[in-house]
Amino acid sequence: MPRSTLTEAGSAPEAVWLRLKKRLFSSPLNTLLTVLIAWLLLMVVPPTVEWLLLDADFRSSSAQGCADSSGACWAFIAEKHRLILFGLYPYDEQWRPLLASCILLGLIVLSAVRRFWRPSLALGWLVGLLLVGVLMWGGAFGLSHVENTRWGGLPLTLILATFGIAFAFPLGVLLALGRRSRMPLIKAVCVLYIELIRGVPLISLLFMSSVMLPLFLPEGFSIDKLLRAQIAIILFAAAYIAETVRGGLQSIPRGQYEGADSLGLSYWQQMRKIVLPQALAVVIGPLVSIFISLFKDTSLVVVIGIFDLTQSAKAALADPQWQGFGAEAYLFIGLIYFFFCFSISRYSLAVEKRLQGAHGSTHYLS
Amino acid sequence: MHNLESRNIATGFAFLHDEAGFAIGETPIAYSPSDTYGRAIAVGLLNTLRVSVIAIVVATLLGTLVGVARLSQNWLLARLAGFYVEVVRNTPLLLHLFFWYAVITQNMPHPRQAYDLLPGVFVSNRGITLPRLEGAGMDGLLGGLALAIVLLIVAQLCRRHSAICRLITRPTNALIVLLALPALGWWMTGAPIEWDVPRLAGFNFRGGLTLSPEFAALLGGLILYTTAFIAEVVRSGIQAVSRGQWEAAASLGLPRRLVLRLVVLPQALRVIVPPMASQYLNITKNSSLAVAIGYPDLVSVVNTTLNQTGQAIEGILIIMAAYLTVSLSISLLMNWYNRRIVLVER
Repeated sequence: MPRSTLTEAGSAPEAVWLRLKKRLFSSPLNTLLTVLIAWLLLMVVPPTVEWLLLDADFRSSSAQGCADSSGACWAFIAEKHRLILFGLYPYDEQWRPLLASCILLGLIVLSAVRRFWRPSLALGWLVGLLLVGVLMWGGAFGLSHVENTRWGGLPLTLILATFGIAFAFPLGVLLALGRRSRMPLIKAVCVLYIELIRGVPLISLLFMSSVMLPLFLPEGFSIDKLLRAQIAIILFAAAYIAETVRGGLQSIPRGQYEGADSLGLSYWQQMRKIVLPQALAVVIGPLVSIFISLFKDTSLVVVIGIFDLTQSAKAALADPQWQGFGAEAYLFIGLIYFFFCFSISRYSLAVEKRLQGAHGSTHYLS
Repeated sequence: MHNLESRNIATGFAFLHDEAGFAIGETPIAYSPSDTYGRAIAVGLLNTLRVSVIAIVVATLLGTLVGVARLSQNWLLARLAGFYVEVVRNTPLLLHLFFWYAVITQNMPHPRQAYDLLPGVFVSNRGITLPRLEGAGMDGLLGGLALAIVLLIVAQLCRRHSAICRLITRPTNALIVLLALPALGWWMTGAPIEWDVPRLAGFNFRGGLTLSPEFAALLGGLILYTTAFIAEVVRSGIQAVSRGQWEAAASLGLPRRLVLRLVVLPQALRVIVPPMASQYLNITKNSSLAVAIGYPDLVSVVNTTLNQTGQAIEGILIIMAAYLTVSLSISLLMNWYNRRIVLVER
């Protein structure tokens, strides 16, 4: 394993060479691999850099100008970035979704810092979400009203993901508890729900929410399309969260339940104070990967025509003046998705490491 | 129920016998718009299975390679594999599909200037064109191969009870069966096998095997995406084997390759198989994203059907039934395999 050699050598040139030799040329096979990869990189990297940067067009004001250069057309992104980032939100009002995104991001970042883990954080979220709602909808404080059909881009993706996690997590925990319940009816309902949802793709749920749900609602009662998609995402993610949390619950030894029983705690007290804190700590890693896939899965709302980040990139591509820059647009929003998902996963690694330290267990990470 | 009545929608599956009236781009079985909805949905299901099965096989092979590469002693290789996994895992699959679809249809040249990657393999904005093996001999060969696989599975199932089955499942004998039966099939048909190499005719290729842009983008995207996840499954499985096992095996004087094959992988497999099963399920479910780039998979065909007929509930039920069947089959298969490799504690 590569890590073990990290600390051995110093920084003297000779030591660097030795380390290099050990890592790259330790055996004939290893040397062959190194040479092959170096050749591959030489073939791939220079043309990619040329396309991405050196030959790229950053400034042209029309697709014609871009067609002359052999590289990427970042001028397309420069021209369309407002549409991609904010969708069809009224152009002059786009500071509002920008501010709303900043508030959401700020709240998420604050929640990640341990120093802020106290009750007032919940209050902060409440106020923040209220502010986001007011900013997006308008209709108060002199802000003009904006239909949520015109919301779009990054703020919408963030909203779908944040509310998705916020509601799916408690629902998932309840489902996991239900699946381990001793009451047969509750257990059966939870098992059925979890297995059914996990058996079908999210897309079919989204179609269901957009086509089927309206058919079953009572007359004269309708739910907004965006809300329906949000509900579908929540219901979908909850089933996966439930299975992960169940794994954590199963890892808690019987003694913990019995100990809690002997203290005379009620079921909910047992769960809240004894069992769940331990069970959730065990499954932080898998839970965070579910959150990350939820964030990525919000892009599927494209198929029912909701204007999230991916859909607004597609809208930008539909402009007949600017045809054929799909690769650039998708790389651009890919970078945005990557930034969020990668930060979350790094953060969860750090939390896991700290929790392992806190429990005083000696884990060997390779 | 009022909304159902007001839209004049009858419930029930009778609509499956009506004429579909829409065309499907890719049809593994014969289909025309005058066929029934039932047949259209069958075509969709076959398309889903086709792309899923290929993706599962290829992604497993590639994922294992990348997972092992991430643990390689070669720093360059390990870093490269790590870079790939991190980039792919942190971007949505849908984006991968859109990206590859855009690259194929917009950035690739017309068939006349197609890139000739390998002799006979062309990449153009009409998709990827490959040479194909053809002739009656090929049918015999494939028939023999199918027979051999069935035989080996049956032998595997009865090896506890019969000496013949045990004999067949020995590695060398199994290999002989796998080679001999296809050869026999080829010999019995007596027909030669020919390469059907694609040629440029007019504005497109004639002959060979053409993967449409939709299919190529979906398959490529699914494989690239799932490879990264399978690589992580394999890596964490290998790392779950404690260091002591590595060291003990090394102190026996085994070279690293054999340590991996004889000591580590058999133990890692126990950790790997359950999450691998859920990756296979994910591939099948993720193939439904086909609808976004216009590959006619099950969800896409059913969606067209319910737009035409309004039979939303039945359509969703069909999708659920199909995916649940596939999911349960994969689960059963993987559970059976898991039981075989799991550590028997006394």
